[in-house]
Amino acid sequence: MGTTLDVLNHEMVPDHQIMDEEEVADLLATYHISLEQLPKMYHDDPAVKAVGGDIGNVIRITRDSRTAGRAEAYRLVVKRPKK
Amino acid sequence: MNSDMEQRIDTLDLPYRTREDLKTSLAERDVTDEEFDRILEMVFSEYRKSRIEPCEAVGVVAAQSIGEPGTQMTMRTFHYAGVAEINVTLGLPRLIEIMDARREPSTPTMAVYLLNDWAFNRDRAREVSWQIEAAPLHEFGDITIDMENMQVLVMLNKAVCDRRKIGVEEILETAPRKIREKRHFRDFDVEGDPKRASLTFTPKNRESYQNLFQLAEHVRHVIVQGIDDIERVVVRKEGGEYILYTEGSNLKDVFEVEGVDTSRTRSNNISEIADVLGIEAGRNAIIQEALSTLNEQGIGVDVRHIMLVADMMCMEGEVKQIGRHGIAGEKESVLSRAAFEVTVNHLLDAAIANEVDELNGVTENVIVGQPIQLGTGDVKLIAKPINLKI
Repeated sequence: MGTTLDVLNHEMVPDHQIMDEEEVADLLATYHISLEQLPKMYHDDPAVKAVGGDIGNVIRITRDSRTAGRAEAYRLVVKRPKK
Repeated sequence: MNSDMEQRIDTLDLPYRTREDLKTSLAERDVTDEEFDRILEMVFSEYRKSRIEPCEAVGVVAAQSIGEPGTQMTMRTFHYAGVAEINVTLGLPRLIEIMDARREPSTPTMAVYLLNDWAFNRDRAREVSWQIEAAPLHEFGDITIDMENMQVLVMLNKAVCDRRKIGVEEILETAPRKIREKRHFRDFDVEGDPKRASLTFTPKNRESYQNLFQLAEHVRHVIVQGIDDIERVVVRKEGGEYILYTEGSNLKDVFEVEGVDTSRTRSNNISEIADVLGIEAGRNAIIQEALSTLNEQGIGVDVRHIMLVADMMCMEGEVKQIGRHGIAGEKESVLSRAAFEVTVNHLLDAAIANEVDELNGVTENVIVGQPIQLGTGDVKLIAKPINLKI
């Protein structure tokens, strides 16, 4: 009988969203980069699980930035490497 | 300003805050279209000026900007949060701890916020704190060693159990289980009597007194209520609501306690935050912790430098340290890695693995005595012989 934890509700966790393929293509074209050059996050990251992301998805993160007010960041979901 | 202009502002390629500031400062004014165009032009030119240039060596600037004020920090500082209560590491040792991405900070603490039903009532806040604070068995009753029968007797105090909101049966069940699981001591038999609220422990080896005393020690200190890692809880009133400050940290278990606000509760253990709330929360934690450590010492460092460090540390999906086991150890260039720490090992490994250094970075080029690919070293000037009289 405890309070349920919703990771996305925590004030330290910014908004996570899965991007569709079209958006990803646009993103890569604007920055002239390949998918592997994006920052990564692991598939078992609590926030990824909360939005239902899977390996290969790109997650759009809308951060509350201290400088810009609001800033978008992108991360590619990868498998956590075995230690 | 009309709604048409407002819409135009929204579509501009400017940061969110700049757009909002522009809107609020223009909201009450009458501006003609021409004036508006000029304003935008000036805002854009100002914005372009304030941006960092592509290929600027931001890492070096960040390192200097954090490093120089760091020299002025107190070497060893301890600080008590509130009225001589919870002890937390601050100053340079704490900053090093953050950058090293230690699994466990030297003084883990949490700030546990409570939900509305609990946050405004001292007694209810205290109830939550009992669920969190680790309480050993000896706080719930008398423990005596019966040398004649080679037994350890526990007589629980009903009043204490009631006050602490824990049932006698629950203690009778958890105490022996926790001794076996958490304290790894299994050589005993146990008999519980719910009616008399007593527990009788008998060691398997009934010959040795040493064994008996060892058992008694385990019985005394076994945690029967609360979360094992949290040694102390202090209830404090801040801004009208009660907040629990803890010594020791365990986010995962605290989140499961009834009454805890799972959207605000924080810890100072960065890797724990990254594990429980995700890498983005970990990034935020690094920024917050580093900034508050610096500010506490009266040192103002621009957030951008700290944000850069936090971004680098969280780039690969987990929190990595700055040193040779993290970011510095993963550089592409052999010479750059060798220049940092454990030079011989890196050179030897690189030689065995037949590694090639492309000499793209700064350090490598300095080592071989070439101009670096930055600033004046980045431009190559060739004079074209036009109008040149020989």
